[in-house]
Amino acid sequence: MAASNADTPLVTSAAPAEAGGAQRGAPRSGRVQRLKGPDRLVVLTMVMVPLVLVLGLVWLPALSTVALSFTNWDGIGGLGTIKWIGLTNYENVVTIYPPFWPALRNNLLFLGVLFLIATPLGIFLAVLLDKDLRGSRIYQTPLYMPVVLSLALVGFIWQLQFSRDFGLVNAMLQAVGQQDAASPVDWYGDPNINIWAVLIASSWRHVGYIMLLYLAGLKGVDPSLREAASMDGANEVKTFFRIVFPVLRPINIIIIVITVIEALRAYDLVWVINKGRNGLELIGALVAQNVIGEASRIGFGSALATIMLVISLVFVIFYLSTVMREEER
Amino acid sequence: MTAATTQAAPTLAVPQNRRKPRPSRIALHSFLVVIALGWLFPLAWAVINAFRDYAFTSENGYVSWGGFTLTNFTAAWERANFTQHFLNSVYVTVPAVFLTLLLASGVAFVIARFTWRFNLVLLGLFTAANLLPQQSLLIPLYRLSILTPLPEFMSDSELFYDSYWVLILVNTAFQTGFCTFVLSNYMKTLPKELYEAAMVDGASVWRQYWQLTLPLCRPPLAALATLEVTWIYNEFFWATTLMRTGDKFPVTSALSNLKGEFFSDLNLLAAGSIIVAIPTLLIFFVLQKQFVAGLTMGANKG
Amino acid sequence: MSRPRTEAEYLARLIPPSVAGTVSRRTLFRGAMGAGAALGGATLLSACGSDSSTSSATSAASGSAAASAAGGGEVSLGSNQSDDVPKKGYQALGDAYKASTGTTVKINTVQHEAFQENINSYLQGKPDDVFTWFAGYRMRFFASKGLAGDLSDVWAQLQGYTDGFKSASTGDDGKQYFVPVSYYPWAVFYRPSVWKEKGYQVPKTLDELKTLGATMQKDGLIPIAFADKDGWPAMGTFDVLNLRINGYQFHIDLMAHKVAWDDPKVKKVFSTWAELLPLHQADPLGRTWQEAAQALQTKKAGMYLLGLFVTQQMTANLDDVDFFTFPEIDPAIGADALDAPIDGFMMAKKPKDEARAKALLTWLGSKEAADVLVKSDPTLLVANSGANVSGYTALQKKSAELVGSAKNIAQFLDRDTRPDFASTVMLPGIQAFLKNPKDIDGLCKSLEQQAKTLFV
Repeated sequence: MAASNADTPLVTSAAPAEAGGAQRGAPRSGRVQRLKGPDRLVVLTMVMVPLVLVLGLVWLPALSTVALSFTNWDGIGGLGTIKWIGLTNYENVVTIYPPFWPALRNNLLFLGVLFLIATPLGIFLAVLLDKDLRGSRIYQTPLYMPVVLSLALVGFIWQLQFSRDFGLVNAMLQAVGQQDAASPVDWYGDPNINIWAVLIASSWRHVGYIMLLYLAGLKGVDPSLREAASMDGANEVKTFFRIVFPVLRPINIIIIVITVIEALRAYDLVWVINKGRNGLELIGALVAQNVIGEASRIGFGSALATIMLVISLVFVIFYLSTVMREEER
Repeated sequence: MTAATTQAAPTLAVPQNRRKPRPSRIALHSFLVVIALGWLFPLAWAVINAFRDYAFTSENGYVSWGGFTLTNFTAAWERANFTQHFLNSVYVTVPAVFLTLLLASGVAFVIARFTWRFNLVLLGLFTAANLLPQQSLLIPLYRLSILTPLPEFMSDSELFYDSYWVLILVNTAFQTGFCTFVLSNYMKTLPKELYEAAMVDGASVWRQYWQLTLPLCRPPLAALATLEVTWIYNEFFWATTLMRTGDKFPVTSALSNLKGEFFSDLNLLAAGSIIVAIPTLLIFFVLQKQFVAGLTMGANKG
Repeated sequence: MSRPRTEAEYLARLIPPSVAGTVSRRTLFRGAMGAGAALGGATLLSACGSDSSTSSATSAASGSAAASAAGGGEVSLGSNQSDDVPKKGYQALGDAYKASTGTTVKINTVQHEAFQENINSYLQGKPDDVFTWFAGYRMRFFASKGLAGDLSDVWAQLQGYTDGFKSASTGDDGKQYFVPVSYYPWAVFYRPSVWKEKGYQVPKTLDELKTLGATMQKDGLIPIAFADKDGWPAMGTFDVLNLRINGYQFHIDLMAHKVAWDDPKVKKVFSTWAELLPLHQADPLGRTWQEAAQALQTKKAGMYLLGLFVTQQMTANLDDVDFFTFPEIDPAIGADALDAPIDGFMMAKKPKDEARAKALLTWLGSKEAADVLVKSDPTLLVANSGANVSGYTALQKKSAELVGSAKNIAQFLDRDTRPDFASTVMLPGIQAFLKNPKDIDGLCKSLEQQAKTLFV
């Protein structure tokens, strides 16, 4: 199993390949065309089958969603019943659909909390756990565990904490006299605070995920770098920010992208709580509300979905371009 | 795992007094203990209450001790028909993971082995597919599944919709990207000399893939298998939207049915949730190394 | 909520809050009791058009006659009755049908909420031959989209339904698409023991209601229990206020968007509601209807406007539960309209075996089927007036009389209007109103703007 070196960029491949190519003494480009009959077939199959699957079940639907957002289709009847209405759906979403702006705010709130609190906490814990610690594994385990649980379970586990009448939080508060049993706080039902309850549950999971990724990255940092820094008299904090952090650029990028995508995609938790209403509006839940169920506002829901898609794609493209640039180096 | 190799590397500046814990170390340990306990608590609370009788907790509240019983588990198992649903999860997860790894390793092999103009585009298409929000793809996928007929022996609804196939294929399509990315990175680190020798022997591309590359990819394949089993098993969005027959739901969507029936008996629901969580927790504990390796391979070259 | 003490109580609680809007309104309150009286020939007018031709069935056993004409074989029935008691009721229907005709009824039960959520894809995929559904716009919507089968010839053989039920089963094109089976009214429930003790009288006008509320508050009670966490219960309040203030026809026109939502009459409904809100339980958005019913049960609240299914939560004191219809607001309009949603069956557009499906539906609409249901599922009011309802409880009897004497019946907001309008516009709209009852102009403007985009 190959060891990793932190100073090699995330995706390297090109370098060793080039070196190997020198041995063959043949130009690398267009190599596939040089394969003969059956080999060529095999290669093409190995590429085309997954490609067709991914194009057909992911990209084509994505494009269809964008296309449908310009219609007012209700999902019933064949494609022939579709009527094109231009940008009307988008206008409606932005001007007269009351849950949209609260949802956008909540998504941004999600992004803010994940980015400024959960992710840094994950990084911080990773740094702490990277030290030579006895029992490091034991400390890591509870942090990873939420990551392997389904989000429906996470929602339920936190319901045991946050339920107004049966939740532990209220029970404890009442036990210590900080809360009147007659007027418990409704963590999930009060629109002013329920998004924070959801954020806590979501961060519970997110921190572990980030910590895991970062820890692996840290393990790959060349120890000689750290030694050099400590020999120069740099303390730990300085070492981290000046040396380690920049070297972990590929990981940092991944973490940023993951954080953003998770903030955009957040949906499962609020859906199991109250279907994304009354303070828990999120764009993903709005799409689901409009599309799942009898409502069947396919055109309208697709407009919301396209908005989600476009925002996601911005980050995905940023990520890909960074990765590709590394790849080409 | 990389951790072992680099962690063990000797350093020049060895911290003094490994035997006597320094105050900062104690502080560090204490802090981590607090964090670990805090993180563990919500899950532990669910586990504890799964063992508690509902009558007891509704009388004495939850801030109490006692009332332990195993009946919640048996009741949850029967009411939610877990046997059937676990089987359904197996029907979906096992083929999906297998197919994903098969297809991803194929594409990864091609990307790693050959230089092609389209390599980057391919990689981009696959990786980005994993990051798209599921809700935005729901409607067309759902229409597609209703419009695609399947022979009766493959699906009793005679459509792609409401069959195990749709879940298998949709999950595969979504997960292939990540696996391709990780595997291609890994395969690129395999020495070229390997292939040289094979080419001299006249091995076909297929043989190179199947007999040369794949066996060497056991670590990432194991890691990815662990990860994918967890992710596909936990997936419930597609399961609830692309399937209609209650009996065919995989286990995570069955849990929401249980919630429907027993919304007030939180202890029963806790037992049901723990039952659903057990396979992933088991995989996690037994294969922790692989799980971590899988995620970090995606993050780190190697 | 305390632990259920009896099996019946337990069964009665098997209604998830999120589902209650649909399931609970049909069935699901316990209590197999007492003798009841048949409805009598009351005319029930309904939300729909006016196709009230007289039924011409001549044979007494019309149901079984038609059924035996297509004996043997199999017919499938898609059911959303996933809870124990109604599920057993349907199974009993299937067994009785098989016994009578030899045709097996294959019942496919899907979890309640899931069934409704997936209805669009269900009907366009390969639905069962017959399936459970609701009367009102919700039914006409699918009929007009060509997703349901024409049942006019089935209706030609049905007996025991008033004109009101027939209208409720008629689509926009004048044909019937629905066979009604059960229903229940919405009314204001209270505990007579509490009222007797405090000397309260049933209010007959809005002013009396307000005075009563003030008195209850002085006595330390919450006048009107209230919950809207799931979004639909408060629609009942809107409906009844609109029916009382503006009349049945206006309400129906509003549901069909023939009148604008920013019409001053609509604003009057909201402003009246805002006046009454202080009498309602505070913070409704965090409370489920079951919890509000508990307030009534534990004598913390004086009244609760809900459907008959509220009694599920009050099984320990069923003999101490009574109701009255919401008091009149405008004397010119009176108080004889109410919400009484009707549940029943429809046929798929292209069933595997149309003859058998229609035979089953004919039987389901017959007195025999109603009798089976009354016996095996004691929580419904059956729609067929010929049924033997001697097993009805006092509450069921009174409900049947209430609905029977009502001049106009609505189906409840989310069944009377477009489903997308109800769930994506009205539901959050009403929740917004409850959060901020002062901005009625803004609310109505928003509702109208959105309505315009949907009711094109």
